[in-house]
Amino acid sequence: MVAKAIGPIRRKFAPWNDPAARPFIEFRNVTKRFGDFTAVDHLSLGIYEREFFALLGPSGCGKTTLMRMVAGFEEPTEGSVFLDGQDLVGVPPYRRPTNMMFQSYALFPHMTVEANIAFGLKQDRMAKGEIDARVEEMLNLVKLTPFAKRKPHQLSGGQRQRVALARSLAKKPKVLLLDEPLGALDKKLREETQFELTDLQQQLGLTFVIVTHDQEEAMTVADRIAVMDRGRIVQVATPAEIYEQPNSRYVADFIGDINMIEGRVVSTGGGLLRLDAVGTGTSLEVYQDLAIEAGDTAWFAIRPEKVAISLDRPPSGEINAVEGEVWDIGYLGDVSIYHVRLPTGVTVKSTVTNRTRLVERPIGWDDKVWLSWTRDSGVVLTK
Amino acid sequence: MTIATGQPVPPRKPRVGRALVTLIPYLWLLVFFLAPFIIVAKMSLSTAAVAVPPYTPVFDFAEGFVGVVDGIRQFTFDNYIWLTEDALYTRAYLSSVWIALISTILTLLVAYPIAYGMARAPRAWQPALVMLVILPFWTSFLIRVYAWTGILKREGLLNQFLLWTGLIDQPLTILNTNLAVYIGIVYSYLPFMILPLYAALERQDESLLEAASDLGSTPFKAFWQVTFPLSLPGVIAGCFLVFIPVTGEFVIPDLLGGSDTLMIGRTLWSEFFNNRDWPLASAVAVILLFILVVPIVIFQNRAEKEERSLGKKPA
Repeated sequence: MVAKAIGPIRRKFAPWNDPAARPFIEFRNVTKRFGDFTAVDHLSLGIYEREFFALLGPSGCGKTTLMRMVAGFEEPTEGSVFLDGQDLVGVPPYRRPTNMMFQSYALFPHMTVEANIAFGLKQDRMAKGEIDARVEEMLNLVKLTPFAKRKPHQLSGGQRQRVALARSLAKKPKVLLLDEPLGALDKKLREETQFELTDLQQQLGLTFVIVTHDQEEAMTVADRIAVMDRGRIVQVATPAEIYEQPNSRYVADFIGDINMIEGRVVSTGGGLLRLDAVGTGTSLEVYQDLAIEAGDTAWFAIRPEKVAISLDRPPSGEINAVEGEVWDIGYLGDVSIYHVRLPTGVTVKSTVTNRTRLVERPIGWDDKVWLSWTRDSGVVLTK
Repeated sequence: MTIATGQPVPPRKPRVGRALVTLIPYLWLLVFFLAPFIIVAKMSLSTAAVAVPPYTPVFDFAEGFVGVVDGIRQFTFDNYIWLTEDALYTRAYLSSVWIALISTILTLLVAYPIAYGMARAPRAWQPALVMLVILPFWTSFLIRVYAWTGILKREGLLNQFLLWTGLIDQPLTILNTNLAVYIGIVYSYLPFMILPLYAALERQDESLLEAASDLGSTPFKAFWQVTFPLSLPGVIAGCFLVFIPVTGEFVIPDLLGGSDTLMIGRTLWSEFFNNRDWPLASAVAVILLFILVVPIVIFQNRAEKEERSLGKKPA
């Protein structure tokens, strides 16, 4: 039976902060080259048991290669990959305790849904009764019991995706690898499935590794996200940390929408960072400790929803407030995005939730407005 | 105007152009298949005669309707009865089907690894490899088969080579045996088997094999569980393309086979040219056609049904 005894949803699951915890999957200084192209570049990473881990990055960043090295479809050029303490290098895919859900689903077109799910179990020479029981369990899990006798082409995209999921879970692998699993689904179905995936992962208590280029998907499903760029990991952190405390402009820019203002450091220390915005000289203050010195160039980054917009000068005065002109308004229904152009030519976006049913908004095109924010809403980035 | 008045647009008349396009293949079949078949069938119901052409009746169209009816009155099933009475013909049919069956299987065994290798070769090479498979067609079939006599005869290349390697100390008799016929057939019909197999294997999704491997299937098992079943349409197409013409094959058994190599193509030839019994030869041909067509039609029907049950999503 599916482990219902796992208990309530873990609120505090953070083995990566536990110095005693050992990673379940570990990449040790792994490099993978295809000809003269380096897909993965001296990368080290630990993924913990029962973690839902997301590899996120643009196409060609090496995330799929990294996952395929766990599955065994690629071997590292240098370095090694460990799973549960065992070195995986040289172990063929069919001997690895991992299963993968393919981007294309890769369902066997000549087999029924049942036979597809049973495929992996048959390879293990499991007894027929046991196979049948497991297949039924899996069909129940993905709610496809009435479709057991159909062939893949007689199913909808969403149903096929479920068959692929059931097939990859049937062997109860130590690690489930998901390669862009929801890419082919439409938006609504994708969102539903994302929540189902997290439920399933908690229910089964397995380690899931997902590869995706969709940051929203990664944020929704994952315990931790690794943001990758050109074969390297730029940041590994929880979705909230990645969003609120990106460690670089690359991560800040890749995840969500962000405003970036170049500045020169005025003073540091005591948990408060002061900058002057280049061009306008506006004073920026952030509660942050950073190894940086006065005179250094840094970037002040702030998410649009943390920027307040007003027609009048905010009472906070000179600090963390800039004046500009409304350049464009994007009305999205739930929110409106104001594009405000500063005198320096930089555009800063401010997202405002539309709380009332006013059709006419008080702020319109070409209005002179003030943008302001608090000291704990932005972040200063050095790279 | 229909649009101005808001009336629904009336259904268009069936387009003449489309009808013409579908007509062409039917016309082609009518002229090049049905008409010759009717002539042969009619001939098979005639009686051999020392005349030009060497059979009666010959429709006398000058006498109009009466002449045709008179001709039909003279039709006889004697030739067909004769075919069942003389065991030679039954044996020739059975032997042809048997030889065709064996050589189809042999061709499949030789062609499959080649097609598989081609499908797995680097993409850039594949057009060249396909070209190489087709290349033998640039030389006359007759000459290529004849060339095999030079290879297979007692003092031929094959025996010389085998003697040189020391594998044998007496030259083997290969030419004018059934073995030579099999070699000739496999050689000649290989491209007809390779091409459909290649087409089936080439479009297979490689991620299916990865999935099989991921689920614990060794490469050997994955081949039999995934690659081979998915290539079955190619296997069947290739087998038909080889089996059908080989059953009626004449040139290969005549040039490479022995006097005891019994094939219906040879029987047909000797009836037609040696005995000048055109009606009997025609009857042989008609029966051959039915032997081949009936199982194929049954098979096609089944395949179509299967396709229909699979092809459409249930509403």
